[in-house]
Amino acid sequence: MLLGRTANGLYWMNRYIERAENMARLVDAGLRMALTRTQDASEEWTSVIISSVSDVAFANKYSEYTAANVTDFLLRDISNPSSVMSSIETARTNARMVRTALTRETWESINEAWMALKRMLAKPIDERELPAVLDAIKRETALIRGAFYGTMLRNEIFDFSQLGTYVERADNTARILDVKYYVLLPSISWVGSTLDNYQWESILRSVSAHRSYRWNYDATYKPSNIADYLILNGRMPRSLAFCYRFISEHLNLLADDYGARHACHETSTKTRSLLKVGSIKDIFDAGLHEFLSDFIRDNTRLGNEIAQDYRFY
Amino acid sequence: MAAFDEMLPETSGLRKPYRAYDRWLKEQDPARLTQKMEDAERVFRKTGITFAVYGEQEASERLIPFDIVPRIISGQEWRRLTQGIEQRVQALNAFLDDIYHRQEILRAGRVPKDLVARNEAFLPEMIGVRPPAGVYTHIIGIDIVRTSENEFYVLEDNARTPSGVSYMLENRETMMQLFPELFQQIKVRPVENYAQLLRQSLAAVRPEGTKDAPTIAVLTPGSFNSAYFEHAFLADQMGVQLVEGQDLRVVDGHVAMRTTEGYKQIDVLYRRVDDAFLDPLTFNPDSALGVAGIMDVYRAGNITIANAPGTGIADDKAIYSYMPEIVEFYTGRKAILGNVPTWRCSEPDSLKYVLEHIHELVIKEVHGSGGYGMLVGPAATKKECADFSAKLASNPSNYIAQPTLALSTVPIMTEKGLAPRHVDLRPYVLVSDRIQLVPGGLTRVALKEGSLVVNSSQGGGTKDTWVLDD
Repeated sequence: MLLGRTANGLYWMNRYIERAENMARLVDAGLRMALTRTQDASEEWTSVIISSVSDVAFANKYSEYTAANVTDFLLRDISNPSSVMSSIETARTNARMVRTALTRETWESINEAWMALKRMLAKPIDERELPAVLDAIKRETALIRGAFYGTMLRNEIFDFSQLGTYVERADNTARILDVKYYVLLPSISWVGSTLDNYQWESILRSVSAHRSYRWNYDATYKPSNIADYLILNGRMPRSLAFCYRFISEHLNLLADDYGARHACHETSTKTRSLLKVGSIKDIFDAGLHEFLSDFIRDNTRLGNEIAQDYRFY
Repeated sequence: MAAFDEMLPETSGLRKPYRAYDRWLKEQDPARLTQKMEDAERVFRKTGITFAVYGEQEASERLIPFDIVPRIISGQEWRRLTQGIEQRVQALNAFLDDIYHRQEILRAGRVPKDLVARNEAFLPEMIGVRPPAGVYTHIIGIDIVRTSENEFYVLEDNARTPSGVSYMLENRETMMQLFPELFQQIKVRPVENYAQLLRQSLAAVRPEGTKDAPTIAVLTPGSFNSAYFEHAFLADQMGVQLVEGQDLRVVDGHVAMRTTEGYKQIDVLYRRVDDAFLDPLTFNPDSALGVAGIMDVYRAGNITIANAPGTGIADDKAIYSYMPEIVEFYTGRKAILGNVPTWRCSEPDSLKYVLEHIHELVIKEVHGSGGYGMLVGPAATKKECADFSAKLASNPSNYIAQPTLALSTVPIMTEKGLAPRHVDLRPYVLVSDRIQLVPGGLTRVALKEGSLVVNSSQGGGTKDTWVLDD
């Protein structure tokens, strides 16, 4: 038996932990691009901000897309509800609320991450310290995940937690792709140009897939392969197909446990079948941008349905 | 004022309960102990055992300082305390039952009628209501102070929602982590079965007609409450749901919680929400912390609320001064544990005395708690005494006064070695069809040299409390 409010807390706790990590990853990719290219760093930082879904809030506060502004906004700024600091704070508040549902190890890892990041992000980050800070953020979230997977019982508590993780991750990957979908389109790209290579690498880096890509495909970046990797490849832990494999699995486990299926099951099944049988060529033919917009919309709807079907409020 | 030190009194030598510990302590490297003190703080921070201090925005989560020197009580001392506590708790429940039914003690003139009738803690809604199993106050914390080898006094009864038991448990856990070897050498009676006993005790007072395994839940005001850690801790240790008002509603004459599969009935509610917030339909209408209609369910006998609404009338500080009479009235015996002599400022003679001797006395608000709104005469400045006198004179019945007791001391570990500090003791009592205590309690310690205020909100700390198996 699980309280609806607790299920809600678990779901959002995990969404925010995932979000904190994704923000760090985005900044990391931006930083890398800015370091390896002398021009147009602001363009890269602009797309980082758009991928983080905080472009409006950012524009209200800053006029320039500089490394200092963007990193401060995405890592430290508590007026930005999706910054790493805000995310960790929200994750911990939720964890505190659902404390009884968590193992001691899981709670402590979250609490310790919060303490460490609060200390680390207390003051503006010196450019020279940025790589170390980003590493630390990723390490803290990895420790949380380790404690979580290593100690939690595989029950409904685990299911709602995982749903939060994968709904957030799917949203994140889809948005990163959507911000740069145009560089993946065959009509505009010309293979091998430095510009494209750089853009493609940026996409892969945002999801920490620039190395694994080479193991799975080829040494050279090819837009259709990149799209295939991040959308349809069931082995790539940040791909849409991977996320939906687990979303479906956990929703099905809940349906078995409770003996009831809901609207969210239908939505996830539909999305999953699209990702399972689709080929990347079909997706490109029908329009990559349209595909991604639809996906983001359906994914958001799924989140709302889960909340409603399981009485989060 | 020379205080009795429980480890090393001035008059005699090292006291027996501390012998084995003292021997161990002398073998320790001071640097290692300093390290252990830091370890302890880290353990507490990591676990998130914090409390919120009202009125301090900045440090909204703080640690209660923990001292690594245990407070040690012999088995014999404990047996005597236990008898006194059991007697007192029995009397408290009998008093509550009487007050909400026949009011014989008022008719007999042993407690003034007005004191009850005009008391905010007295709930007319409870008149004639008999809680399941006849128990009113299920979980009680009795604050005890010691002034010499053989003198113990009850300073306060906490019959509403006593807190701090999680510290008793976590302090022990921390000590066992820090000094496992000590527990090999010294036989300390365990306290860790508290949560189990609490759950059994709550199950035993379930409403009549409930199944054998009743659904129990802990009701918390929410994660912003100062004692939230404890609420979560107890729910977790008992293996029951931790609910908030927003999770609950009355469904088909029962209180039910919103789960992922719909509403599920609750049989026993261990509530950590004050009476006033329990039911917006009966009490404070603005309360979002309680459950609309729970009092109707309660009166129909369909839920156990622990502690029962209205138990505050038994631990009110004005009632406290009558506890010796109350104990005798219901148990037919003299109270084993004495009260601290108390002046009721509502009585003109007492008020006069208190105003004349304010610099010697401790003055407390009748309804106050947590060490707020009190004056410790000997530690106060002339101006503070004068200001307090004015407050006192304008509303005398709001205050009681007690002599400044020479609370016993127990050493704490400081950078310069051991140093005596004043302590009190709060054992926790569980009442169902029987009365149970775990051997131990929460020792609160005033960390400031010479200070007599042990409250955590006023710079107090805690110690692990050992009852020896002898």
